Amino acid sequence: MATTFNDTQMTEFKRLVARYPEGKQKSALLPALHLAQESFGGWLSTETLDYVASLLQIEPIEVYEVATFYSMYNLKPVGKFVFEVCQTGPCMVSGSDNIIDYIKKTLDIKPGETTKDGLFTLKLVECLGACGYAPMMQVGKIYKEHLTKEKVDSIIAEYRAQAANN
Amino acid sequence: MGVKLLLDKANVPGIRTYEVYRREGGYRAVEKALKEMTTDAIVEEVKKSGLRGRGGAGFPTGMKWSFIAKPEGVPRHLVCNADESEPGTFKDRYLMEFIPHLLIEGLIVSSYALGSNDTYIYIRGEYAWITDILEEAINEAKAAGWLGKNILGTGFDCNIHVQRGGGAYICGEETALIESLEGKRGNPRIKPPFPAIQGLWMRPTVVNNVETLAAVVPIINMGGEEYAKIGVGKSTGTKLISACGNINKPGVYEIDMTISVEDFIYSDEYCGGIKDGKKLKACIPGGSSVPILPANLLLKTAKGETRYMNYESLSDGGFATGSMLGSGGFIVLDEDQCIVKNTYTLARFYRHESCGQCSPCREGTGWMEKILQKIEMGKGEMSDIDLLWDIQRKIEGNTICPLGDAASWPVAAAIRHFRDEFEWHVKNPELSQTSNFGLQHYADPIHVPA
Repeated sequence: MATTFNDTQMTEFKRLVARYPEGKQKSALLPALHLAQESFGGWLSTETLDYVASLLQIEPIEVYEVATFYSMYNLKPVGKFVFEVCQTGPCMVSGSDNIIDYIKKTLDIKPGETTKDGLFTLKLVECLGACGYAPMMQVGKIYKEHLTKEKVDSIIAEYRAQAANN
Repeated sequence: MGVKLLLDKANVPGIRTYEVYRREGGYRAVEKALKEMTTDAIVEEVKKSGLRGRGGAGFPTGMKWSFIAKPEGVPRHLVCNADESEPGTFKDRYLMEFIPHLLIEGLIVSSYALGSNDTYIYIRGEYAWITDILEEAINEAKAAGWLGKNILGTGFDCNIHVQRGGGAYICGEETALIESLEGKRGNPRIKPPFPAIQGLWMRPTVVNNVETLAAVVPIINMGGEEYAKIGVGKSTGTKLISACGNINKPGVYEIDMTISVEDFIYSDEYCGGIKDGKKLKACIPGGSSVPILPANLLLKTAKGETRYMNYESLSDGGFATGSMLGSGGFIVLDEDQCIVKNTYTLARFYRHESCGQCSPCREGTGWMEKILQKIEMGKGEMSDIDLLWDIQRKIEGNTICPLGDAASWPVAAAIRHFRDEFEWHVKNPELSQTSNFGLQHYADPIHVPA
């Protein structure tokens, strides 16, 4: 996959950088990494990190140390849909363990693994700020809340259909 | 029905849009502040209001604002902390998602008061869809002339930018947030210098929570003195509480801090009681970092007085028998919940979120997680409980930022109030894997060394 922003992505990148004073373009690093991850298949390769460094005119190490610090950046390839299931206290007391077990069984993968068809990755994450709507998981930009086994089934079916149509 | 100042219009259809928000009286505070008030007068109103930081620490907002340095020729910045990540807390999300213009309005008034021409909202990266909502609201406000150059002909310029974080609880700490906003790892800075002197790009900076900045709007509209009449003592105005766990009606509630904890949990207006008719076992009243309290100490203080939902009452008794209002993340546990397991998931959370700068926190949070997991799995020894106590004591107060304390307090409080449940796990390794300790005797509070 090419590691160069297309015109639309480059316009967005420039909008992000323009929000900071001159010479402070490094401030755009976190948003730029989000943009790169969305643009290049859901994860950040070393080539991608180097590319972001060159765009921001900073050293590659400045990008590596940030990319490895924050939990939202995937440094390995992931499935088309990443199920990030919350397992912290408030979700746990609301039954997240059962949901996690059910997803593991249904997709036949362990946390950190991707299904053989490359569609789903399971990630266990810490509190996502949806405690009142627990159990929950994040899929891309969206929160899936009040999860039940039935709801998990329909979410999986929904994404399978989405992938089949593309 | 208590007073509502922030969410009173949250249910008006279309309130998310500029048109409806304005029709409902929105942006009056900007008109009043920019046209009729000096910047000092705004700070003075906020001081009079008694408003305290709504992110968790409860520091007086007006005082924080008055600390900002004003060196000649150096830009100043206001930064809105929307990195809501404290387990149990989801109030800022609600406010930003459903009534975004209230935050934008508060930000314009506050930016004017502090002299910030470029104001940043640092929002947790996971709230991606809320970033879009905020950017839409900012564009609407700009199109209507409330942002940009020479606002209302006053000569004041202001732009608001939204930056997404990358997923790190530590960035809720204000100096870590500033580091992150500069494109770095979220490692908290050593203070002094405080952000008010050298913050974002070493410029004078004020960092305030979403709810705090939204509260500036009613304060300007009604006046600081009127605002201070709501509530009790030093708990003035209203507070958003995000209630979750084993209750019938989880959600975000605005309270005026005169309601009792018991009413808050059991009345139909708020939590609606414990789910499935079960009994209340314990509660973490102010976000995962604050001490957990057993039911008996939650509803009444150690002196037997009614406990109320405000800063003073929730902390009555100190950490020996009290807790904190904190961020307002109200986590309720019913009789079926296991304190050891709950504490383990929180310890795992803090280990995951420790930035790794300070050894006591980096190493200590990992030890606590491992020991708690061992006890939870029925492989613990009696000495592990004392070891846990010892480790948390050695983290607390020995780190650059409060994450160390935040990791220690939940463990300390769990052992302080539920030691018998930990011992039961150790003594019943097999039984503890298939059943819960339940609602048996609550341990008496133990002495907390100063």
